[in-house]
Amino acid sequence: MSTELPVLKAADFGSDQDVRWCPGCGDYSILAQMKKALAALGTPREKIAFISGIGCSSRFPYYMSTYGMHSIHGRAPAFATGLKSARPDLQVWVITGDGDALSIGGNHLMHAIRRNVNVNIVLFNNRIYGLTKGQYSPTSEIGKVTKSTPMGSVDNPLTPLSLAVGCGATFIARSIDTNVKHLAATLQQAAEHNGTSFVEVYQNCNIFNDGAWKYATDRATKQDNVLELEHGKPLIFGAESNKGIRLNGLNPEVVELGNGIAEDDLLFHDAKSPEPTLAYLLSRMHQPEFPEAIGVFRQIDAPIYDDQLNGQVAAAQEAAPDAQLNDLFNSGNTWEVE
Amino acid sequence: MASTVENISRATIRFAGDSGDGMQLTGTQLTNTSALAGNDVATFPDFPAEIRAPRGTRAGVSGFQVQFASEDIFTPGDQLDTLVVMNPAALVTNISDLRSGGLLIVNEDNFVDKEFRLAKLEANPLDDPDLDQYRLIKIKMTLLTRTAVEELELSTKIADRCKNFFAMGFVYWLYNRDLQPTLDFINAKFGGKPEIAAANEKALRAGYNYGETTEAAISTYQVEKAKLEPGRYKNIMGNQALAWGCIAAAKLSNKDLFLGSYPITPASDILHELSKHKKFGVRTFQAEDEIAAVCATIGAAFGGHMSITTSSGPGIALKGEAMGLGMILELPMLIINIQRGGPSTGLPTKTEQSDLLQVMYGRNGESPLPVIAARSPADCFETAIEAWRVAAKFMCPVMVLSDGYIANGAEPWRIPDFNALEKIEIVHPGERSEEDPPFLPYKRDEFLSRPWALPGTKGLEHRIGGLEKDHETGNVSYDPENHEFMCKIRQEKIDRIADFIPELEVDGEESGDLLVLSWGGTYGACTTAVTQCQAEGLSVSHAHLRFINPFPRNLETLLGNFKKVVIPELNLGQLQKIVSSTYGVQTEGIHKLKGRPFTVSELKEQFKELIG
Repeated sequence: MSTELPVLKAADFGSDQDVRWCPGCGDYSILAQMKKALAALGTPREKIAFISGIGCSSRFPYYMSTYGMHSIHGRAPAFATGLKSARPDLQVWVITGDGDALSIGGNHLMHAIRRNVNVNIVLFNNRIYGLTKGQYSPTSEIGKVTKSTPMGSVDNPLTPLSLAVGCGATFIARSIDTNVKHLAATLQQAAEHNGTSFVEVYQNCNIFNDGAWKYATDRATKQDNVLELEHGKPLIFGAESNKGIRLNGLNPEVVELGNGIAEDDLLFHDAKSPEPTLAYLLSRMHQPEFPEAIGVFRQIDAPIYDDQLNGQVAAAQEAAPDAQLNDLFNSGNTWEVE
Repeated sequence: MASTVENISRATIRFAGDSGDGMQLTGTQLTNTSALAGNDVATFPDFPAEIRAPRGTRAGVSGFQVQFASEDIFTPGDQLDTLVVMNPAALVTNISDLRSGGLLIVNEDNFVDKEFRLAKLEANPLDDPDLDQYRLIKIKMTLLTRTAVEELELSTKIADRCKNFFAMGFVYWLYNRDLQPTLDFINAKFGGKPEIAAANEKALRAGYNYGETTEAAISTYQVEKAKLEPGRYKNIMGNQALAWGCIAAAKLSNKDLFLGSYPITPASDILHELSKHKKFGVRTFQAEDEIAAVCATIGAAFGGHMSITTSSGPGIALKGEAMGLGMILELPMLIINIQRGGPSTGLPTKTEQSDLLQVMYGRNGESPLPVIAARSPADCFETAIEAWRVAAKFMCPVMVLSDGYIANGAEPWRIPDFNALEKIEIVHPGERSEEDPPFLPYKRDEFLSRPWALPGTKGLEHRIGGLEKDHETGNVSYDPENHEFMCKIRQEKIDRIADFIPELEVDGEESGDLLVLSWGGTYGACTTAVTQCQAEGLSVSHAHLRFINPFPRNLETLLGNFKKVVIPELNLGQLQKIVSSTYGVQTEGIHKLKGRPFTVSELKEQFKELIG
């Protein structure tokens, strides 16, 4: 059966505005993969809205041909919550960065996730403040020397996915700007999930923090440093696919397959587990001790804020289909003045 | 000997007791009963910020004042005709407001050493010879209430909770009020707990009967029906009227209503009220903080709802950046500030008008917004509709000001016929095809308003944001000429609202010795004081501003018509500053920062002094 609907290509999702990120910025790749993901999803442009905060990543909506709002620093999840509450028919994306989402906007991120608002949050993590020209961010490593930390930062960094687990996120994923196929697929999965989707993207800032994710992107090292999660599969990684993660008590450990260690001895990924314990454990695996996981950490079904909010309104209207304001005005004690 | 009934035109009564004594409920019941009896009513609840301040202390005293009258009244009254006090702390903190010769009704059971200590009193204040100027009625309310409910075998603690109904019953007898509305209330409220309902009813009747049987020597009072404009009336509080006005405004414009809010005194009741009305298409979002509340409001406005946020001064401070975004996005919404005593946390449960400069100027950059202020509890309904009419027509956030006094105060509201209210026309641009010329989201109409294009509409996809934008396409523009043009046009748009709003009306002569210029919740006190001055033959006129930004177009002329202009405000002269900077006109100010509204007498005295 043929369809009358025009099929949109990735290019159809680009706006007429010149993209003004620095040449070589990881954001370009994320923009490109987003367009591909949207083309694959087939949602009409007018049904999509991108909401962003402030920062390099937050210029994103200007480069899309959908509806969009470049809002204020850290608050995009709150705008998105309002929009989605009023217009559950829209596909709403939040584009944010590590400073925007985790520093100034930490509160809103936390609450959007715990409410399970049906929006897709994409956090571009470059571990630096780019737009303000190179201060350390909440994900910068300890000892980071920047303009604002000449002797090295002393702040403990935050792991965005651990935070998402703590907030009870129903969809948690991680991808990498240069891993284009994985990224496009992850964004698509995020869009298809009902409830808050939280995606962290390792993104390179080639001006202020070049190579922050080198271990995860270099052809020579990435397979030893990155573990690609697959639901129901054992946690295996390495150029030779010969290393895995085994549970030792409550802690993960890296083991080499063979010499009595079989796949069945490894930890198996279960993204659908109702308990977030495994997702948390995976989020805590950091270089250099562990490979860092990418893919879908968690995907569960749970009641959705905007569904329930609108459901209450619908139920109230169904129960009182002829509700009249005049009845409200005249309710309770009234009296007549002749 | 039967008591005589004295006809009076108005009465002012205050109940004062511990925060936990139920004084607010008692006052509210007397108010509703009086309104139902056809009186005009005005109320002033006054309570501490703490939910249960330490018992028996002066800080814990909660009061509720009501004036009811057989004529139009605009204030809850200056001096009290009757003061009911439940303990010594309430007596010493309220007695100065009782007029000489007024009735002082005390719960004698609480006038004991322990209570004196709690109230930091050295001796029984009832022994103070100064009390001779009042007519003192001592009643053992606690004991009599316990006796009245004895057969229900309640605990003493629960029995004692009914004593406010005893006090109420006595006052009902004193003012010949009908018990029925309160009996109905008791049944509705405590229906699920029949023994509590029965106890409250017994206490109420006991108080009433106590008056009838023991105090027959004093006369009781009768206040006849007020001659209000014909129609059906309902007693309404400011926050409730504001909430209903917002629902009505949404319906008049064929919109669903979205409220983004964070709990704050004294605005929270709007959130509570609106959350009850989902059947009218109302969505309420209790946000994680004030910033999220306003941001969600902007998000819902972008989505096409009538969108509002409610708060008070400290919360408005937090919303500042987002309000600026709402302004530059040019999306319609209401930002409602129920003012309270400031600065900082200030006096959360007390009233003030000190956020005017904040709402006028409290944003970065050139960021003008219309400012509209309600003048009384019932007026909040109209104010909300008017504010939304302006917001929708001129595509901008509108600042709506109320205050704690209006929010918690009550007065009769002439119930409008919703179907007779003027509709609010909103046109959203429709779909466009690829052949149509490109959509220009910032191209303005004759009112300088941009189109309100809704997400979901094919062909209108556009991006908006906080960066300066090109004057037609809305795309980011750093062009210096464009920025100056945009700043000017955003200002001009707001200025031109003056052509859309009514001219300022003058109560009294159009010129003369003194013009009283007021705004917001001081309306009632100013109106009454001016009327009394006029009755004495003084050349005093009154004009009350609903719009503070922009000013009505005839304000400047009017200011020039009087020898003196005085602006009474519950701040240190904020409207004065704006009038002075706008028109270069020097005005006199009357300022009060006591957490309480103006009394009529203090205004009148100062008006007279100004005329000389």
